[in-house]
Amino acid sequence: MNISLFLQMAADAEPDRIALVCSGRRWSYSELWQAAQGAATNIAQSGCQFVALLDESSEATPIALFGAALAGVPYVPLNYRLADADLAALLSRIAPAYAIGDVERIQRLNPDGHHACLKRADFVSAAEAVAEPFVEPEQEDGGIAAQIFTSGTTSAPKAALLKHANLLSYILGTVEFGSASPEEASLVCVPPYHIAGIAALLSSIYAMRKILLLPAFDPDSWLTLASEERASNAFVVPTMLSRIIARMEEGAKADLSSLQAIAYGGGPMPVVVIEQAMRLFPKCGFTNAYGLTETSSTIALLGPEDHRTAYASTDPAVRARLGSVGRPLPTIELEIRDEEGKRLPAGERGEIYVRGEQVSGEYRERSALDSAGWFPTRDAGWLDEEGFLFLAGRADDVIVRGGENISPGEIEDVLLTHPSIADAAAVAVPSTEWGEAVGIAIAIKPDCATPSDSELRGLIKDRLRSSRVPERIAVLNALPYNEMGKLLRREIRKLFSN
Amino acid sequence: MKPGTKLKSAVCDTEVMVIKGTNIAVDCGGKPMSDTAPAARADLDAAFAEGTKMGKRYVNADSTVELLCVKAGKGSLSIGGTPLQIKDSKPLPSSD
Repeated sequence: MNISLFLQMAADAEPDRIALVCSGRRWSYSELWQAAQGAATNIAQSGCQFVALLDESSEATPIALFGAALAGVPYVPLNYRLADADLAALLSRIAPAYAIGDVERIQRLNPDGHHACLKRADFVSAAEAVAEPFVEPEQEDGGIAAQIFTSGTTSAPKAALLKHANLLSYILGTVEFGSASPEEASLVCVPPYHIAGIAALLSSIYAMRKILLLPAFDPDSWLTLASEERASNAFVVPTMLSRIIARMEEGAKADLSSLQAIAYGGGPMPVVVIEQAMRLFPKCGFTNAYGLTETSSTIALLGPEDHRTAYASTDPAVRARLGSVGRPLPTIELEIRDEEGKRLPAGERGEIYVRGEQVSGEYRERSALDSAGWFPTRDAGWLDEEGFLFLAGRADDVIVRGGENISPGEIEDVLLTHPSIADAAAVAVPSTEWGEAVGIAIAIKPDCATPSDSELRGLIKDRLRSSRVPERIAVLNALPYNEMGKLLRREIRKLFSN
Repeated sequence: MKPGTKLKSAVCDTEVMVIKGTNIAVDCGGKPMSDTAPAARADLDAAFAEGTKMGKRYVNADSTVELLCVKAGKGSLSIGGTPLQIKDSKPLPSSD
C-alpha cells in the first residue's frame, strides 16, 4: 500500500486536468505525477533514509510528498519557524536526509548531518528532468509515509509516524475518488509541516479537486487568491479565520461568491468568531474538524447541517454544539475514559481515546497504543447525549490541587466574563501545601483598567469554589501562542516556576 | 495476495488493489486475476460483464475481502462465482 496511488489514479483518470495552482504556475495531474516519479528516482539514488522539507508551501510540497512515498522513504516536513537550536536537534534526528528548501540553514545548523541539500527550484527541475518512469521497488508492509514532529506544546517534539496504511485508510474512508467537479478548487494555506497540510493535499488529489496552494498565510493574499482563482473550499485554523474576517470588515476587496465550504480546526474556535463567520458567509457550509497528527488528521467533525441546526436552535444543549467538534467519524471508535481507564458515560469529562485503521499512535521512540489498540490522545473531553464531542483542554493541563482535579477551562471561562479581560489562561503552579495550585495569566483589553488581585480572586470564588481561587496572578501584554494558534501553556507555567 | 497487492484482469483493463484479505482467488469477467497482465486477453464471461468503476471499493458478503478499483474495465469482480458488491460509503463533508 502506498499513498502515491492517489496521484497515479488521478493522473490515469484525467491526465490533463489541472491539479495544482501555485505562485502563478498550473500543474496538471500528469505533470505532477511525472515530477513525483522523477523525484523518487533522485531520492532513491541519493541513498538517504529521509526526505526533509524545510520550506513554505510550493509545488515542491506535493512533489516531495509523493516522490518520497514512491521511493519508500519517510517524508519529514520541518517547521521553518522553529528556533535554530530546536531545528538543529530535529535535523540531527533524521540525518542524512534528502533535504529540500533552506539549504543554507540546514548546512549551518547540522553540518555533520551530511544531508543531500537542494534548493526548492533545483529539486523541482531535477525531478522534472528525469524522463524515465520510476520503477516502484517491492515495499514492505507497514512502510512509513510521513514522520511528523509534534509541536511540543507540553514537552520536547515527538516523531509521530504515519504509515501508508493509516493515511490510505483515512482518505478511502472519507473521500470519494474523483468526486469534485472541474470548477471546484480548494485553497490550502496551512503550513506543510502540519498534518492538516498533508491531509489537504491527499484529499484534494483523491477527490480531484484543484489545489490552490498559498505559500504562507496572510489574510490579504488569502483573499486575493480565493477571489482570483474562485476558490470553492478552504481550510483555516481559527486565528486565520479571525484575521480574514477582520480584513473584510476593514473593507478589503474580495469576491468570495464561489466559496461553498469552509473547514476549520487545529485549535479551539471561539463561538463568537464562528457565529460571525456564519453571518458573513451565509451560503457557505462550515465544517469543524478535530484530529491529531497521530490520527492521520480528522477523527470527529461538525458538518454544515450541524452548524445550521445549532445556530438556529433555542435549546441550550443543541445551541452549545456550535462549540463542539461534532461526532466521531463512522470509520473510527472513540471513548471517554477516567484516570483508571474506565469508560465514562455521556456528560462526564475524561480523556479521549480513539481506535481505528487511520490511527497510528506510534512514535519513532515507542508506541502509545494500549494492548487493545486504543490511542490515548491526552486531550480531555466529554460526549453529550447525542454523541457530540466537546473538547476540554489537554489532559496534562489538569491542575491537581490536593487530590482535586481542576480543569483550566472552567476558570478561564469565568475570567473571560470580566469586561476588562481579553484573554486568560489557568495553569498549575507548584504549591508546598497542595502539591499544585492555580496560577492565572491574563491579558487586558486596550484602554481597560487592570482588575485588582482581590477582585479577580473574588470573581472566581463567587462563581466557582475556593479551591479554584488563584494563588499566583500574572498580567501579560498577550498570552503566548504558537503559529497554529495553540496556547503555549508550558511558557505560562515557566513564568510561575520561580 | 495480501494487502497492497495489485491484481490485473485477464479479460479487460480492470486493475484492483487489495485493501483487505489474503490468499483469496479473485475473478474478473469470470477469469482469475493475477499480479501480472496476461500476454493475450481471455474472453469476457457475459455473466460477469457489468464492469468495474474506478475509485470504488468492492467487498464480499462478510467483508473479509476489500478491493479498491484503481483502473476500470468491462469485467465485474467475483469470488467463487459470487459477485462482489460496491462498498457503501457515507459521503462526509470535506474536513481538510
